[in-house]
Amino acid sequence: MATAALDPAHATSPKRSVLVDWLTTVDHKKIGILYGASAFIFFLIGGLEAEVIRLQLMKPDTHLVSPEFYNQLFTMHGTTMIFLAVMPISAMFFNFFVPLLIGARDVAFPRLNAMSFWVFLLGGLFINASLLMNAAPNGGWFGYAPLSSRQYSPGVNMDFWALGLQILGIASLAAGVNFFTTILNMRAPGMTLMRMPMFVWSVLVTQVLVLLSFPVITIALVMLTADRNFHASFFSYNVAGGDPMLWQHLFWVFGHPEVYILIMPAFGIVSEILPVFSRKPLFGYSAMVFSMAFIAFLGFGVWSHHMFATGMGPLADSFFSLMTMLIAIPTGVKIFNWIGTLWGGSLQFKTPLYFALGFIAMFIMGGLSGVMHAVAPADLQQTDSYFVVAHFHYVLFGGSIFSLTAGAYYWWPKMFGRMLDEGLGKVHFWLMLIGFNLTFFPMHFVGLLGMPRRIYTYPSGLGFDGYNMASTIGALTLGVGFLVFIYNVIRTWRTGAHAPADPWGGATLEWAIPSPPQEWNFAVEPTVSEKDALWAMKRAAGVKVLPEPPLVSGKGIHLPSPSWWPLFTSFGILIFMVGIMVKGETHGFPFGPISVFGVLLTAFSIFKWSYQPVDHPTSH
Amino acid sequence: MTAAVLDHDSADAHEEHPTSLRIDSRKLAIWTFIGSECLFFAALITTFVIYRNSHATGPGPKDVFEVPLVTAGTAVLLFSSFFVVMALNGAQEGNRKKLLLWLSLTVLCGCFFVGMQVYEFTGFMHKGMGYSTNLFATSFFTLTGFHGTHVAIGTLWLGTLLKDAYKGRIPPNKALNLEIAALYWHFVDVVWIIIFPVVYLMSLFAK
Repeated sequence: MATAALDPAHATSPKRSVLVDWLTTVDHKKIGILYGASAFIFFLIGGLEAEVIRLQLMKPDTHLVSPEFYNQLFTMHGTTMIFLAVMPISAMFFNFFVPLLIGARDVAFPRLNAMSFWVFLLGGLFINASLLMNAAPNGGWFGYAPLSSRQYSPGVNMDFWALGLQILGIASLAAGVNFFTTILNMRAPGMTLMRMPMFVWSVLVTQVLVLLSFPVITIALVMLTADRNFHASFFSYNVAGGDPMLWQHLFWVFGHPEVYILIMPAFGIVSEILPVFSRKPLFGYSAMVFSMAFIAFLGFGVWSHHMFATGMGPLADSFFSLMTMLIAIPTGVKIFNWIGTLWGGSLQFKTPLYFALGFIAMFIMGGLSGVMHAVAPADLQQTDSYFVVAHFHYVLFGGSIFSLTAGAYYWWPKMFGRMLDEGLGKVHFWLMLIGFNLTFFPMHFVGLLGMPRRIYTYPSGLGFDGYNMASTIGALTLGVGFLVFIYNVIRTWRTGAHAPADPWGGATLEWAIPSPPQEWNFAVEPTVSEKDALWAMKRAAGVKVLPEPPLVSGKGIHLPSPSWWPLFTSFGILIFMVGIMVKGETHGFPFGPISVFGVLLTAFSIFKWSYQPVDHPTSH
Repeated sequence: MTAAVLDHDSADAHEEHPTSLRIDSRKLAIWTFIGSECLFFAALITTFVIYRNSHATGPGPKDVFEVPLVTAGTAVLLFSSFFVVMALNGAQEGNRKKLLLWLSLTVLCGCFFVGMQVYEFTGFMHKGMGYSTNLFATSFFTLTGFHGTHVAIGTLWLGTLLKDAYKGRIPPNKALNLEIAALYWHFVDVVWIIIFPVVYLMSLFAK
């Protein structure tokens, strides 16, 4: 919308209403904004769930919510934050910035990109609709069998979970194919792989993880759905000999790469921010690339460290312990290289750097407790306690969320053409840093004292009281921090200073074009001759900041046409999944009329999509 | 996901410069998708191998499998991979007759294979082996059912291309439309080449 308003050349495009424009858009920047806006709303819902959990645990013997609702709260909090907040907020950055960073006009498959977003949004709404029916998923975010079976979870709660994640998986896989192809195939001339910005590398590695891990959870969820709805017994002990351990293996073969899917983009964002605000190139570029690839590779060989307590035997325990400890090496390489980037730099203490530094410190702490978990005997003491909750919040909140917030402050001017307020940004940072540590640091202690995770409440006198009170105060502080961020966004929207094309002295191509970018990104396709392409251009021109790029008319530039079919395809997929849930209890042919309609709608939409011409010149 | 490969044109197709890897984006995308699908079938095949002896209730492999029928289906699927290569060759040469002949045969083979599976499954039902009779049955039907769905989608896809070819919409410069479908078809075929020995032969000759 902002693009259209600021862009006089856009007036030549055919007129469409704003709503139709957004529903049919295939522009990677608009899709990025759609991802960001929906994911942020889901993030607020997930945050609200966390606040209620903390209020319930603030004092011993509290009955603020019912135990049944508490189960729904922690399951939905985990599921929402992982699949509906961190992944899609990362996807916002992939969408908006990968084409800009590699000097392309769009992704390889713009309509497929639109479909990924709509499938994600409908999947997210589907899972959250369960809250309105008081039937939200309640079996934990990793849905362990046999608790997740029909016998022990008779309601539709876990159907929402299994089918909802299935929908989201389709979105992730489609985006995985799309971005893998885009990065490998759409780079500007001269942008070799080893000249790519580190964020683009992180996205490439993330997509490899998505492509190789999501098929496994797809199958696991198919089997769970078969167990629940079609009378199969893949994961339930009975005369047929099903095995709940199979679920754990399949889930974590996906689940461990999944946590790297959450952290890799964070690595990439920080690796973009640190050089710009240190005024020197990223230290050890190729070591950074290879350590990221090595982490991803090892990530497929460590899944059973989530299962030390299941009694796999000393051989398996030792193997997975060693593999897990090995990951500390490439991760350590990355941390030292980030510090090496800062070392001797002329540091510009702007908000993005604050959050990036916060990321490094918090992620180190999460990494250290991670190595503690790698020691199988120690893990037996820590497993399923609040110590684990502390660990993964240090890596996923202290890691991912700090970095994504850094990215939001860094790239906001480019996305919306206005500068977020620095003062409020720093208030946000300090509230978040203090609130975060106050919430999660005490959980290490309360965990080692024996407080189990997911516990509804606890009696007084176990030494838990003070720690839990501190955590709750911290969680409320975090909430205030994000209210400051929202206030900052609203204020910036109304009265914020207009952003120049290159407000930070950037190193990469997105800062060479107007803020916000015009629909076609680059009026002239850029040519790249070395790493940090924009710094190279500035050096060649002998200036610190290039002159403000003019807005141009996009006459004759081919852009992909808007399309309804991605949206219709997504609805077809949603209807198919809803059909399975509604049909749930029936014997015989597994798919009812609703599912059949969903399949037909999907097939018809893909068919129409295939025969729709792909683009039009912007001039008419 | 199939949408990725049905996307008849990509954003870069109209740029003057070639793609970074000098390979069409759609072709790269279908290879990527195939790589991902390997893990999909790996999870299914592994599950079958784990559960193939779990048939304490109801029939087991030796009671139901009809190897001659499935061998015929396997042969038909193998031949279809050859046929689609001939069809592609025809498309690239601009030889419409050759294209139509071999592509029709490929589609027929796909239909035969799906028909073979429907017949086989129906026979199993009559022998008292339903989807949830035992874990052998469940994991067998899940694995071969998903493979059959892939064959059915491929047949449908090649069918639409056959219609295109009939209307003369696959000139040599659009042979890639067929090549992408052919790559998918070969992959589905290769998966069956793993399924046939692992599921049918090894289950029969296991102790």
